Amino acid sequence: MSEQPLWKQIQPGGIGVNPGSTDRVQTGDWRTEVPVIDFERCTHCMICWVDCPDTSFEVADSKLVAVDLKHCKGCGICAQVCPVKCIDMVPDSAADRDTEPSENGAG
Amino acid sequence: MTLKLRELSLAPDLFGNGHGLCAGCAESVSVRQILAALENPPVVALATGCLEVSTTRFPDTTWKVPLIHSAFENAATTIGGVEAAYKALVRKGRMEDRPLTFLVFGGDGATYDIGFQWLSGALERGHKFIYICLNNEGYMNTGIQRSSATLLGAWTTTTPSGDARSGKPEWHKDMTKIIAAHGIPYVAQAASHNWKDLMTKVRKAEQADGPSFINVLTPCDRGWRFEPEKTMEVSQLMVEAGLWPLYEVVEGKWKMTGARQKKRPVMDALLSQKRFSHITKNADDATIAAIQAKVDEEWDALLALCAIPDTQ
Repeated sequence: MSEQPLWKQIQPGGIGVNPGSTDRVQTGDWRTEVPVIDFERCTHCMICWVDCPDTSFEVADSKLVAVDLKHCKGCGICAQVCPVKCIDMVPDSAADRDTEPSENGAG
Repeated sequence: MTLKLRELSLAPDLFGNGHGLCAGCAESVSVRQILAALENPPVVALATGCLEVSTTRFPDTTWKVPLIHSAFENAATTIGGVEAAYKALVRKGRMEDRPLTFLVFGGDGATYDIGFQWLSGALERGHKFIYICLNNEGYMNTGIQRSSATLLGAWTTTTPSGDARSGKPEWHKDMTKIIAAHGIPYVAQAASHNWKDLMTKVRKAEQADGPSFINVLTPCDRGWRFEPEKTMEVSQLMVEAGLWPLYEVVEGKWKMTGARQKKRPVMDALLSQKRFSHITKNADDATIAAIQAKVDEEWDALLALCAIPDTQ
């Protein structure tokens, strides 16, 4: 919330004009555990993607490629629903936090 | 109609990230699944609730679709107005005629209690829209107060447990049956853990000729008192214990979409949620027996309704 709009810039009725702009909010700060994916065993079934509350699985060409650690709140649903149990929740430390999406999901 | 996750994952998400819903919230899971299942571009009206306050913090929005919020109670009326205005503008040649899906998201507070008459009116007027009730069985956003969807015996801040009382004393309202009584083309009950069932129902609702209603069970880890990673497990337990049967009513014909047999006693589902810990600590508690008896009774009534089309 560093840059608040001036009143002249606010739309009548407070209409939001930037679709998906909460993207800038770093909800990954809430996390105490981080999902680590074993890509050797991942079958790219997309169950984690469809059951993620925070849209935090990055997918390209129907393949799971990374976890968006800027937004992942570390709820652990993915590790529970994974049919091949290739996602582990491991304790997250502040030092590991990254504002950019991580390549391997390990933070 | 088959839904394949790998194909669905190719489309861009219409619900973004960075929203303020709790870790492990089932509402955002269901909203993402519902938006991904739609075939037409959606126009969304939101009722006040967890979803609304967490995704539309001024000046930001999590949504990537046209969205309108006016008040707690009147989301169904609002989308009815949007739909009627769209039809009028098309008729006057001022807007292009193309298939759009008009959608409402409301919580159980907005649907069962506060917006009940507005929803009923919009259904009766026959606006073509889909009403999604995200049912977390209470007013979770304002601090876990009871609603008319809260289960018998559940602890909430307004139905405390102690020497004088033991959670909520009343049985909940059966909203899905009440909506089915409106005679609209499509009514269904779904749950967050079963993406395929939910998304299939959304597609059927989209094809329906008139208003449709889907009541989605969205377990609340804060309000129901369980660990956030257990959301899908709790949702599944609720369904398997018969506390939330999966079914649909298509043009008045009732059909079970989940198992026709209850797989578990209600105790299994109650034990997974600490909001019932005051009654589950004693397996002989009268409230548990009362819940089981009522669930059995309602299950048999549902099976009887589902059997009607078979005999015709």
